[in-house]
Amino acid sequence: MARSVVQLSGHIIDSLILPKVLDLIINLGAEFDILEVQVGHRRADRSHARILVEAPSQEVLERVLAKIKEHGALPLDEAEEPVQLEPAPQDGVFPDRFYATTNLTTLVRFKERWLQVEPPEMDCGVRVDVEAMRAESVPVHKAKKGDLIVIGHRGIKILPIERRVPRELFEFMSSPVSTEKPKGLLIREIAESMKKTRRESGKILVVGGPGIVHTGASQYLVQMIEKDYVQTLFAGNGLAVHDIEAALYGTSLGVYLDKKIRASEGHEHHLWAINEIRKAGGIKQAVDRGLLTGGIFYTCVKKGVDFLLAGSIRDDGPLPEVITDTLKAQDLMREKIRGVGFVLMMATTLHAIATGNLLPASVKTVCVDINPAVVTKLTDRGTFQALGLVTDVEPFLRELCEYLN
Amino acid sequence: MCPPLYYGIEYEINPWMSRSRQSNQQLAQEQWRVLYRLLQDRLGMEIAAVEPRQGLPDMVFTANAGLVWKNKFIVSNFRHEVRRRESAHFENWFQVRGYEIVHLPEENFFEGEGDLLMCGELFFAGYHIRSDMLSHQKVAEIIGREILSLELTNEWFYHLDTCLCPLAAGQALFYPAAFDPYALKVLETHIATLIPVAEEEAKRFACNAIVTEKSVVMNGGCPETRMKLESLGFSVYETPLSEFIKAGGSAKCLVLKVPHDEA
Repeated sequence: MARSVVQLSGHIIDSLILPKVLDLIINLGAEFDILEVQVGHRRADRSHARILVEAPSQEVLERVLAKIKEHGALPLDEAEEPVQLEPAPQDGVFPDRFYATTNLTTLVRFKERWLQVEPPEMDCGVRVDVEAMRAESVPVHKAKKGDLIVIGHRGIKILPIERRVPRELFEFMSSPVSTEKPKGLLIREIAESMKKTRRESGKILVVGGPGIVHTGASQYLVQMIEKDYVQTLFAGNGLAVHDIEAALYGTSLGVYLDKKIRASEGHEHHLWAINEIRKAGGIKQAVDRGLLTGGIFYTCVKKGVDFLLAGSIRDDGPLPEVITDTLKAQDLMREKIRGVGFVLMMATTLHAIATGNLLPASVKTVCVDINPAVVTKLTDRGTFQALGLVTDVEPFLRELCEYLN
Repeated sequence: MCPPLYYGIEYEINPWMSRSRQSNQQLAQEQWRVLYRLLQDRLGMEIAAVEPRQGLPDMVFTANAGLVWKNKFIVSNFRHEVRRRESAHFENWFQVRGYEIVHLPEENFFEGEGDLLMCGELFFAGYHIRSDMLSHQKVAEIIGREILSLELTNEWFYHLDTCLCPLAAGQALFYPAAFDPYALKVLETHIATLIPVAEEEAKRFACNAIVTEKSVVMNGGCPETRMKLESLGFSVYETPLSEFIKAGGSAKCLVLKVPHDEA
C-alpha cells in the first residue's frame, strides 16, 4: 500500500476539477479518501480539498500522482516547509507554543526528509535529535534543558489510520459505543481479532479492574492466561487484592463468590489478604512459597505474564508490587506497550484512560464496561480508535472464552 | 498588435506549423494590414503597436503576451522556450506605459489571453496543452475572480481562443471536440447559448474571432458560422488570414485587448 496526500485548490467545484481528479484516481487503479473539503463562500473564493490517495504499489501511486498533478493536485510534501524547533528552557519544561501530539502516525519535516515520530503517543511534545536524524515523542516531565522541541504547526504531517479492504471489525462500527449492537457477533469478532494477533506473534494487553473478580469472572481471565491470550496485564491494587482475597478466603469484598452471601466480618478478608502478601514480601514470593495457589495473579506468575500494578490515593495497603510513583508507573507502562497489537480493557475507568493515552491509534482497543460513560470518556480523551462494549464483564468474558476455545 | 515584419515559420510548436510550408512574407503583411485597417477604420478601435523583433516570429500573436487587468499586466510564462524570449519585450512595453508588472511563478505556464477568456462576467481558462491549472489559481487570486478551468484535449486547438469564442454574456461559439467531458459540462452549465461550430469551420479558426458588441471579425470561409452570427444580430467581417493560419493563429490571436473590461 502506497499513499500520499494531495491538495487541490481553486475553483475546483464549479470547474468540476474535483470530481475529475477523483475519477482519474479511480480509473488509474487507486483509491481516494477525501480528508477535507473547504468550499469557498463567494464566487471568487477558492475551494480547497485534501485527498488521500492509496495505491496498491509505489509504481501505481507515482503514475496517479503524475496524472493528477496535471489537473492541479499537488502532493503536500512539495508544499511543506521545515518544522520549527526551539530548545527546552529547563528540565521538565517545554518551550512556548510547543506542538502537542495525537496518537496518530506523525511525521516532521527536517532537512528535506520526513522523520517519523516514535513512538506515537498523544499529549506529548516532539524532540528532534539532529545528529541521529530521529524524532521522538516525549512527555513533558522527561524533557531536558536544551532538547530541540517542535513548536507551531508547520512541517508536520499526520497520517490517518489505514483502511483495510475488506473492512474489519474496527471499521464497520459507525459509533464506538455498542449499547444497541448484536453483542454475540461483536464478541466473536473480538475473539477472532485476538487469535489473529497471536498468530502474528503480537502481544495482547489486558487492563482490568476489580469488577472482574466481584462478578465471578476471574476463572475466564485465568483460562485466557493459561491459553496464552494475555502477555501483559495492567491493573491497580484493587484487582490484585480481591483476586488474592478470593484465592485465600473465597470472597471478594467479603461476599462469597460461590454462594453470593456475605461472610461474617467479610470486610476484613481483603485487608487480611493484603497483610499476608505484605508479610510474604510480594505476590511472586507468595506464589513461590505456596501461599497463593490460584487466581489471576497466581496464573500470571506461573505463565510468566508481565504484570504492572499502578497505585492510587484510595488504595488499601497497597500490595508491595504496586508502584505508587505515578510518573514511574507511566514510564514503565510506556515500555511495556511496545509490541502490543491488541488491548482489552475491562471494568476500569482510570487504568483504561491512562493506558489509552499511551497507545498509538493503530493498536486495536476494546473497552468493556457496564457504564457507557467510561467508553465515551475514553474516546473523548483522544483514544478514538477504541471499540466499546457496554455489558457486565462476567457474561462478556464467559462468551469470549467460549469463542477463544 | 505587432506588425509581421519578422513573421515566418521558424520552428514547429503546434501541428499547424511546418517549416516546409512557409508563409508568404508579402501576403502576410498585406493580410495583417487589411485586418489592422478593418479594426481601426471600420470598427473604430484604437490600436497601439508593439515593435517586432527579429528571431521572434510569433510576436505577431500578441494575445499570448499576457493578461491586462486594470492597471496590472500579468506576464505570460510560455511553455516553449522559443516564445519565452518574447516576454521581456511585452513586459517592457507595458512598464513604460505605467502598468504594474506581475510575474507568475516560473514553473506555472500561462499563455495570456490565448488561454483566458471572459464571457459576460465569467472567466474561462484553458489548460493542459499550453497553460497549466496552477497558473489559473494564481491569476484568479490576482484578479479576485472565479476562473473556470477547462481541459483542452485536441493538439490542433491548443489555446482556448481557438475553440471558444464568447459573443456576449451567456452566449458563445465553441468547438466541442476540443474539450474533455468535464469541460463540456462546465460550458453547458455556465453558458446558456452555446453554438457549436462544425469541424471544417473550426479548422478555419471560426472560433478565433475578434468580437465587439455588434461585430465579429474572423478568417474567411466560414459560411455556416457567419449565418449563425448574423441571425444573432452581429455584423460579420471576414478577412483572409491564411498566412497566419500556417502558424496556428488567426484574427483573435493577432490582438491583445487593453484594458480589460471591468466586470
